Amino acid sequence: MLEIKNLHCELEEDSEVKILKGLSLTINPGEVHAIMGPNGSGKSTLSYVLSGRDGYAVTEGSASLEGADLLEMEPEERAAAGLFLAFQYPVEIPGVGNMTFLRTAVNAQRKARGQEELSAGAFLKIIRAKAKELQIEPDMLKRPVNVGFSGGEKKRNEILQMAMLEPKMCILDETDSGLDVDAMKLVSDGVNALRDAGRSFLVITHYQRLLNHIKPDVVHIMSEGRIIKTGGPELALEVEENGYTDLLAEANA
Amino acid sequence: MMPRAKLMQQKRDAAAELLSARPLPEGGVWARAARKAAVERLQAMGLPSKRDEYWRYTDPRRLTAADVENADQVDTSDEVPIFEAFDRVKLVFVDGVFDAQASDAPELAGVEICTLAEAARADLHWARDAFGVLEARGQDPVPRPLASLNTAYATEGLLIRVTGKAEKPISLIYRRSAANADAMTHHVIRLEPGAELTLLEDGPVAARYNQVTEIDLAETAVLNHVRAQGRDHARAGATHLFARLGAQAQFKSFTLSANGALTRNEGVIWLDGAEGSAHIAGATVGDGAFHHDDTVFINHAAPRCESRQVFKKVLRHGAVGVFQGKILVDQVAQLTDGYQISQSLLLDEDAQFLAKPELEIYADDVKCSHGSTSGEIDQNQLFYLRARGVSESDAKMLLVLAFLAEALEEIADPDLAEDLRSRLEAWLKRRA
Repeated sequence: MLEIKNLHCELEEDSEVKILKGLSLTINPGEVHAIMGPNGSGKSTLSYVLSGRDGYAVTEGSASLEGADLLEMEPEERAAAGLFLAFQYPVEIPGVGNMTFLRTAVNAQRKARGQEELSAGAFLKIIRAKAKELQIEPDMLKRPVNVGFSGGEKKRNEILQMAMLEPKMCILDETDSGLDVDAMKLVSDGVNALRDAGRSFLVITHYQRLLNHIKPDVVHIMSEGRIIKTGGPELALEVEENGYTDLLAEANA
Repeated sequence: MMPRAKLMQQKRDAAAELLSARPLPEGGVWARAARKAAVERLQAMGLPSKRDEYWRYTDPRRLTAADVENADQVDTSDEVPIFEAFDRVKLVFVDGVFDAQASDAPELAGVEICTLAEAARADLHWARDAFGVLEARGQDPVPRPLASLNTAYATEGLLIRVTGKAEKPISLIYRRSAANADAMTHHVIRLEPGAELTLLEDGPVAARYNQVTEIDLAETAVLNHVRAQGRDHARAGATHLFARLGAQAQFKSFTLSANGALTRNEGVIWLDGAEGSAHIAGATVGDGAFHHDDTVFINHAAPRCESRQVFKKVLRHGAVGVFQGKILVDQVAQLTDGYQISQSLLLDEDAQFLAKPELEIYADDVKCSHGSTSGEIDQNQLFYLRARGVSESDAKMLLVLAFLAEALEEIADPDLAEDLRSRLEAWLKRRA
């Protein structure tokens, strides 16, 4: 599904700042991978580079989605190809209704894939059902995108977008940040409902507790722009108990 | 710096030259008197000059020059006419001249409609209490010579008196014909106590135009005014709205402007009676050789009134936007609620926005706020939309429409607001 090979990137405005330093990662269809790591290890940058945000220059390596070169595509082309990033800080857009935003996005992707656009009626039916599952009030759909939403509402709104867009490769960037226990369960249930054999997930998190809800197949530890250790779910438990210090020392030894 | 006296003399000489070149139109007693008084005002204040305080950002010469520049017409035959879906009384002007043949019969229950040409022939008409009267009041404290020029020479326009609740809107449609027509129209709208009207205006008017609308709202009258200025790129025009509100009267005015080489829209509103409410708003989209100026003056002259000014401009490719807005609160106008916002979205580095917000408050218990900003498209918002699959051009359009939304929200009727919003979207798509 997602194949990243020896990815290097630096800040566009300051080439001295190298963030990813030879990151490689392969995620097969249906798998859930988690990336953990200390602050500043480059986790969020990885999500931005994959989704095509401006400001980063890839200097070496490759990233492909189902064999297609992601790095050559515009952000909207990556989305249409099936990539989805659930933002750590969802952006507020005053003046654009949440429903209008979602319908524009869904239909833009359908159009890019050569599918017919959804009618207003068909769209409404689907979104109402999905919103209900995520306990999103109808009122939240009418309000401007993320404006005045609580932290939990913003994250649920991200998952609603994911559910509507039905991507193949979902990247969750610290989706657990700013969530209380109940909200985390709600969001995790939303994610788990989307798990299937054709869809993969990359879950970026600081904490093991999210992984109690979204059970990963593979856990990677990231430090200084590279994956330094890969293992099963037990690796996350090890981090929870002992922190990163031992793992980092081991990698540097 | 030129001495003040010398500048004043130049302005008066320019006015005298213009006046000597054209005789005053014929008319009955009341019209002749109003026109003569307007000439005297114009002689005293002279023509506008770029050195005048309120003309610093906008060069008035094209509006007063003897010759009118040709202005190509945009072919809109492939567009659904604006306001098409609304049942309304259509009154058509071509190059600023009323065209009875092309218009609906000017009949609507509770409404009297009469042309200025017809009324001016009579010796007495109800409009004499308003025609040129509100314009004259509007000359203080800031001179508006183009409006006096209009009162003196306009022979076209409508005098509309509303005594009840009009059951459908009156729609003034301004079509163009000649490449270099110079149009002058002067309307008077009078709403009697409790009367209600929606007034629509649309179209490019003429290659050059000078429009004055005097609005007199008695107590508890409600006027909703929605205007869409046409898309011709090279036209030049000046409009003045003078509105006087009685107690508990409500006035909402919204203007959509796209294109136009030079547009100056002035709004002068007096809240004369307690608990009146006046909202004036504009959404402007300028691309290329485009200069658009909104100059607004709201005077709170009675207690417990509310006013809002909401002006939004989207500019690119050298387009220039100007906003000059003032809220003046008299000493008696306690518990005034005044709000003013002017914002521009600059889509590139060539575009320019000049704003002069002013507050002048003599009452001690009021709530007044004003703000003015200039910004670019928010890159975080743009990326967020693109990351969800929306193309860059569509994402920008969504953000531009979102920026203009606050001004469109000032349109009282949501269906009319949607008509203008979808129109704007189509125009933006065409130019994307």
